[in-house]
Amino acid sequence: MFFTQYKKLSLLLASLTIFTLSGCNNGSDKEEVVMTPLPTPAPIVYSYDVTLVNLTQGQPISPAAVVLHNEGKLWTIGESASVSLEKLAESGDNSGVLADAMVLSGQGGAGILLPGASETIAVSITDTEPMMLSIAAMLVNTNDAFTGVNAMLLNNMSMGDSVSFTTNTYDAGTEKNSEMMATIPGPAAGGEGFNAERDDIDKVAMHAGIVSKDDGLMQSALTQAERFDNPTLMVTITRTN
Amino acid sequence: MKIKKLTLTTATALLLASGITTANAQQLEVTVTNLTQGMYYTPLLVSAHPASTSLYALGQPATSALQMMAEGGDISGLSAMLTTANANNIENPAGGLLAPTMSTTAMLTTTEGNDYLSLVAMILPTNDGFVGLNSWKIPTEVGTYTFTLNAYDAGTEANDEVITGGGAPGVAGIPAAPGGDGGTGGSGVAMTETNTNVHIHPGNLGDDDLTGGKSDLSNTVHRWLNPVARVTVKVM
Repeated sequence: MFFTQYKKLSLLLASLTIFTLSGCNNGSDKEEVVMTPLPTPAPIVYSYDVTLVNLTQGQPISPAAVVLHNEGKLWTIGESASVSLEKLAESGDNSGVLADAMVLSGQGGAGILLPGASETIAVSITDTEPMMLSIAAMLVNTNDAFTGVNAMLLNNMSMGDSVSFTTNTYDAGTEKNSEMMATIPGPAAGGEGFNAERDDIDKVAMHAGIVSKDDGLMQSALTQAERFDNPTLMVTITRTN
Repeated sequence: MKIKKLTLTTATALLLASGITTANAQQLEVTVTNLTQGMYYTPLLVSAHPASTSLYALGQPATSALQMMAEGGDISGLSAMLTTANANNIENPAGGLLAPTMSTTAMLTTTEGNDYLSLVAMILPTNDGFVGLNSWKIPTEVGTYTFTLNAYDAGTEANDEVITGGGAPGVAGIPAAPGGDGGTGGSGVAMTETNTNVHIHPGNLGDDDLTGGKSDLSNTVHRWLNPVARVTVKVM
C-alpha cells in the first residue's frame, strides 16, 4: 500500500515539476510551487515470481534465464541469434543471456527442469520499475531448440497481479537439426553443446519439432520419447513486491 | 439559434480537424511473418470484407477458388469472389514468395461495412496446405493487435508429398520446393485424402532419402509445428 501511495505522490510531484518548467517561460514563478519535503523513501524493490512448468513428454529444459529489461529483445524472428542465445540454445548455458547488456536484473534457474516438473524463479530489481520480462531456456535433447517469452510488457502489473500463459518453441537457426548423437548435449545423446560454427539458416524461426529415428530419420539419436509439440512451457508471473 | 448552430459547426470542424469521422472506413497496416524455418508462402491475399462472405469454413469442403489457391497458389479465384462482394483486397504484398522467417506488410483502406479481415496463402512445399486467417472482426479501437495463425489442409488433394510440378486443381503432386531442397523418386506418402473438408494440416512427413523413399520432402527441412505465421494488425 505504501508503494502505491508513494507512486501517486511521485506522479503529483512530476506534474508539479512539469508545471514549474512550463511556468519558466514567464520568467517568474518558480517559487510559487510549494513542495512539501518528502522523507527519504526506502528503496523500492520490484519483485516477480516466475513459475515454469515443463509441459513436454521427454525434453528436460535447461536452467532458464529470467531477465528484466527496459529495451531490446532476446531474439527476433528472421534475424541471426546473438552468440549468447546461440550458447543457450545449443548447450543450455544461460550465462551469456543473463549478462546481456540490456539486462537490468536477471536470475537463472536452479537446475535442469525435468519433464512434468515445476520451478519458481524469483527475480527483482531495486528503484527502477522494469518494463519488460524475458525468459529463455533450451530443450536439451535437441540441436538448438529453445523456448521462452520475448520482451513481455510488465507495465500493467500491480502488486499481487498474476498472469499465466504457455510458450512455443523456437529454433536458433545456428545448428542443423541433424539429431545426431554427437551434436545433442541432453541425456538422450550426450553429445556436444556449443559450437561456434553456424551451419543452419542463421535466422531465428519457429522449431519444426523432433523427427526421431522412430519416424524416419535413421541418423537420429532420438526416439519418439523426445518428440514434442507446442506449447512446451507454462509460465506464471506474479508480482510479489 | 444562430449561436447554437455556430457551436455545432465549430464542434463538427473540431471533430474533422481531430480526424474523427463518423464513417466506418479504417486504415489498416497488416504485417504477416512466416514463422517457419523451411516453408514458403505463395503470394498472399489480404482482404477486408463484409460478414456475408468468407474464404473458407473449417469442417466444410473447400470451394473451387480455395482449391486453386491451396493446390497451386493461384489467388485469382478468391480475389474475384471478394471483389464481387465489394471487399478491399491487397494481392501479393511480398511481391512473390514469402521466404521462411520473412515478413511483409499490406496497407489496407477499408470501406464501410468491410469489417472482417481474412488472409490466405499456399504453403510450399505441400500438396494443399495453406496458412489462413478467416473473418477476424476488425477492432474499431485504434491499436496494435498481434496473433498467430495455424496451417490448414484444404482437403482437396492427397498428401502424396511427390514434387511433380502439378499445381492445377485436381492434379496430384506438389508444384515446387522453392528452397531447392526437394528430392525425387518418392513413391508417395498418402494416396487418398480421408478428410475432404478443410482441416488442420497434419504436417509434412518427409523422409531422409533425397532420391527415393516415400516422400520427396526432407524430414528435417519441410516439417513444421503450429503456429506458422504471426499477424500484427495496426488499426490507425
